[in-house]
Amino acid sequence: MKERFILNFPPECSGKPITYYLIKNYNLEVNILRAEITAGKEGRLLIEVTAEEEDLKNGLHYLKNENVLVYPLSRELILNVDECVHCGLCTAVCFSGALEMDRINWELLFNPEKCVACELCIRACPLRLITLHFVGDLEA
Amino acid sequence: MTIKKSYDEINERIKKGEAVVLTAEEVKGMARDVGVKETAKKVDVVTTATFGAMCSSGALINFGHADPPIKMAKVWLNGVPAYGGLAAVDTYIGATEVSEVDSEYGGAHVIEDLVSGKDVKLRAMGRVTDCYPRGEIETTVNKESLNEAVLLNPRNAYQNYAAATNSTDKTVYTYMGILLPNFGNATYATTGELSPLLNDPELRTVGIGTRIFLGGGQGFVVWNGTQFNPSVPRNEKGIPVGPGATLCLMGDLKKMSPEFIRAAVFERYGISLFVGIGIPIPILDEEMARCVSVRDEDIETVLCDYGVPGHPEIAKVTYRDLKSGEVEVEGRVIRTSPLSSMYKARIVAKILKEWIQRGEFLISEPVQGFPKEGVFKKLCVRKEDR
Repeated sequence: MKERFILNFPPECSGKPITYYLIKNYNLEVNILRAEITAGKEGRLLIEVTAEEEDLKNGLHYLKNENVLVYPLSRELILNVDECVHCGLCTAVCFSGALEMDRINWELLFNPEKCVACELCIRACPLRLITLHFVGDLEA
Repeated sequence: MTIKKSYDEINERIKKGEAVVLTAEEVKGMARDVGVKETAKKVDVVTTATFGAMCSSGALINFGHADPPIKMAKVWLNGVPAYGGLAAVDTYIGATEVSEVDSEYGGAHVIEDLVSGKDVKLRAMGRVTDCYPRGEIETTVNKESLNEAVLLNPRNAYQNYAAATNSTDKTVYTYMGILLPNFGNATYATTGELSPLLNDPELRTVGIGTRIFLGGGQGFVVWNGTQFNPSVPRNEKGIPVGPGATLCLMGDLKKMSPEFIRAAVFERYGISLFVGIGIPIPILDEEMARCVSVRDEDIETVLCDYGVPGHPEIAKVTYRDLKSGEVEVEGRVIRTSPLSSMYKARIVAKILKEWIQRGEFLISEPVQGFPKEGVFKKLCVRKEDR
């Protein structure tokens, strides 16, 4: 199975190679899509995990014991298509290819599957039509 | 036999519903298939269009007098300052003016709200005089309540524009969008071969008095645009390579549509206004048919480095390459993205074509042409002022 999570690391975790243990001890295939670390503060990681169900369960249990907050992420980037003028400015900052211009009709194409939640498009859209919605419960 | 058609002849055909009208994209196909001469014979008018962010835009408004009257010296519309130095109840609100309370709301949004028919809060203050005893006013206006609401855009429809990239290791936030570090992307304006003034590079048919599509209604070219530059170097096709001619446009805001007038926020740059513009090019002769047959591969612009002061030119690129999704510069492939909407511009060109076909829109011969020569001056800071 493949799932995405946001991991929030409390400051006291900063010395531990937690992602390394997730991979080594729990057999999780971890793809880091985004990482933010503020010195002396929290760290935030957006990961995509490919794993067997049992491994994933154990891995999440390990994170809980390490006081890492795990947000399962079925997050949606929502584009208000009705208001879109198809200028293409959002595509300038989209590297995952989720936002692309159809170069025949010059319409904006949005493929949520490819989105890595970098959020750059939210600020690039001059009409402010892109919003990121986090759907999911806070899971310990 | 040489082909010559006058404005009057073309208008007669429009009135009879007989005019042959094609969009700029359609005519290029015809010119390729049957040649320029046949195209000149067959086609009467070609519609060109653009839909882009045009910062030098604004609205001229007259509120009417209240009782007792006020001479408005400070004016705000939805919290956005408007000009207070125009008689008592006239004002001009610029698209890029920013609200005093919301950095993502500005003059462009006020204009879009007025076009949409929404209510807008007016606040004004003035000096109390015998003529104007009222010192302050707060009320609500909309396009129905205003005497005049006219879009008056000092610089629109750039003939060509520089494409932008960024060589530095920091993201730069510009009116050309977010430019990522290390040539991470490039953005370009104008609709290339569909763009109005690239289809009439010598401005033979566009001048003062030209009737146009502006923001969903009919408008006019009233002057050359500011920063009008007829001296930009041209390529062998006669196309200016880089920002050239511009137009000052005017039209009745009350008859416009939010489909073609949209406020824009450029991250860490400011507010601008997307304006939909369509300009009809009459095919007076073979030369005009040749002009409108220009293709994206014939139109070049400069790619400039917006990460460096002065935005130095780093390459020349064609619109064919820009529209392909990537350009190659010194062995480096840079992803490209538009910032003018081809999608919307095509709608504009199509609507204008239909207006002409239905006889609702006549073409107009310019009352006066634009300067053929001139220098685009820089602002110098004089030694004694430093």
